Amino acid sequence: MKRAVPGSLLPYGLGRSYGDSCLNAGRELIDCRRLNRMLGFDESTGMLRCESGVSISDVLDVFLLKGWFPPVTPGTRFVTVGGAIANDVHGKNHHCAGSFGAHVRQIALHRSNDGLVICNSEINSDMLHATIGGLGLTGVIAWADIQLKRVEGPWIDAESIPFHSLTSFLDLSRESNDRFEYTVAWLDCFAGKNLRGIFFRGNHAAGHNADTSADYGHDHRPEHSEVFRRRHGVTLPFALPAWMLNRYSEKVFNAAYYRVHAARKGTAVVAYDSFFYPLDSIRQWNLLYGRRGFLQYQCVIPETNHEAIEELLDRIGRSGMGSFLGVLKQFGSAPPAGLLSFPRPGLTLALDFAMRGEPTLKLMRSLDAVVQQAGGALYPAKDARMSPAMFEASFPRWRGFVAYIDPKISSSFWRRVTAAG
Amino acid sequence: MTTAQATTMRRIVILGATSGIALEVERQLAREGCELLLVARSPQRLGELQADLVVRGARQVFIYAADLASVQQHSTIFDFARRTLPGFDTVLLAYGSMHDQKDSETSVAILLEELQVNFVSATAILTLFAAELERRRTGCLAAITSVAGDRGRRSNYVYGSAKGALSIFLQGLRSRLHPAGVRVITIKPGPVQTSMTDHLPNAGRFADPEQVARDIVGALGRRSPDVLYTPKIWRYVMAGVRQIPEALFKRLSF
Repeated sequence: MKRAVPGSLLPYGLGRSYGDSCLNAGRELIDCRRLNRMLGFDESTGMLRCESGVSISDVLDVFLLKGWFPPVTPGTRFVTVGGAIANDVHGKNHHCAGSFGAHVRQIALHRSNDGLVICNSEINSDMLHATIGGLGLTGVIAWADIQLKRVEGPWIDAESIPFHSLTSFLDLSRESNDRFEYTVAWLDCFAGKNLRGIFFRGNHAAGHNADTSADYGHDHRPEHSEVFRRRHGVTLPFALPAWMLNRYSEKVFNAAYYRVHAARKGTAVVAYDSFFYPLDSIRQWNLLYGRRGFLQYQCVIPETNHEAIEELLDRIGRSGMGSFLGVLKQFGSAPPAGLLSFPRPGLTLALDFAMRGEPTLKLMRSLDAVVQQAGGALYPAKDARMSPAMFEASFPRWRGFVAYIDPKISSSFWRRVTAAG
Repeated sequence: MTTAQATTMRRIVILGATSGIALEVERQLAREGCELLLVARSPQRLGELQADLVVRGARQVFIYAADLASVQQHSTIFDFARRTLPGFDTVLLAYGSMHDQKDSETSVAILLEELQVNFVSATAILTLFAAELERRRTGCLAAITSVAGDRGRRSNYVYGSAKGALSIFLQGLRSRLHPAGVRVITIKPGPVQTSMTDHLPNAGRFADPEQVARDIVGALGRRSPDVLYTPKIWRYVMAGVRQIPEALFKRLSF
């Protein structure tokens, strides 16, 4: 780091950010994946100290057996702790647990000009606040103290309920938030005005395995040990040809997905990985979108303006450019954990669009207008194209963040949205 | 892990414990609650690794800092292993060195060092542990060689010949220890993403060390083929490569 020229570096983890926030075009990345040692664990409190390249997957592999779970997990287990902090990621439990950053008690941040800086709520609290959601720009996180959560086992009591309007989604969500730790909904973006979707909610299961929870080590129930042993599912070996993905095949997929889940509505006890990480069972699922890939679009809209969500879905419906996975979730009211945190009170909608060049970008600009009008924000970890103006509207405090940036660090994303060199 | 598997490998000695593949193997063994004895050069890295493996669930982790390339140090390493982990049942040799081939074409010193680390010292330390397991009539010896040892190639024949010789040594050792019921496993990985290969072109496309480690841990724990290719595809690739006639092979530049 000492020898590097200003603005030339960027810490890199597992590269699961969808856009250019984890890229540094023409410059250097610091590969943090081998910075993956676990430094200590307090069995009585669940506090884990680990280096920033440790992944959520590692944490699950080691600690679920011992009855501990990540406090917050995104939709893939293949993210590093450093990346989870840098993007202040959220999960299905945002309404009760807040974002990942809320569970980070302390970090050691390696800065090119001041060496290793310890940051917690007492010392350098402002640097901690900037690093949470700070997109890796404040320095290289050497290690972090993360508060894990006690669970009784790997099972989730899950329930799925079909809904047919945004109002019924909101009713379901409000009614579920007190009783369910995890809530999220899937939307059929091709349904246009006739909104439909499936609402998923769940809790860590208790009673089912109370009898075996004491001796996970010597497992006598094969189906039980099967859950702990990570399944290494199929890998999509190559990019699908572009013609296979079109509005008709997407429409068919969405309709089928809806029917399957609507038919299965009700409650079930499911393994944690199928509940939290359905896409992780297909490695390189992104190749479904062919060589041109896809763009993600994730926004948050204040609840008072929830009709903006309908407007967004309507514009998408009319464009004919739908998405396999529309995800809708009501965030909780927790204050943002970081200076540039994305999660904030409101409804968050995440979509992906096959990249078809200018028409796709044009649709997204038209969605931006709706989001901006409604006082919403876009999520940097999912973005590859937002304008500086849209970034400003999403993160009005960003100028206050600049003072915390490590002089040796920059990213493609940052240069793009701040028009900095 | 079934109970049977878990009990067949409880105490494992790892020679070259800080190598990229060994790190991942140790983590997986730690999760299964094994006892480990780690030998490597850097006391600092061993200390950090010990802490990591304890958090990950290893029952006990002993460390010993020594230079395995130096045959003079082998008897103290072996004595330490017998004293601290007397019931060890598995020995995994995981160290190696890969210089730029060009350097060993111009410097005989580097050539000899490459052979010393990858072949001479490896056979020396394996001989000590082999005698102990043969005497006890139990256990498993495993060593990481390489697919590079299956055929001499223009770009990598020094490393390849050392690893190939080690594979032949293991073949003979396997036959010798077979009557005593001691298993000998030759592990032949394809190119893997580790610090040993970071400088090579296309390193980003090499195999994931976690996947390679999974194959190795599987082979240590259950009845397995004597020779493990990992990732599995290399068994078939190398079967093909070995069939290419020499007259053609000598013209290939890879």
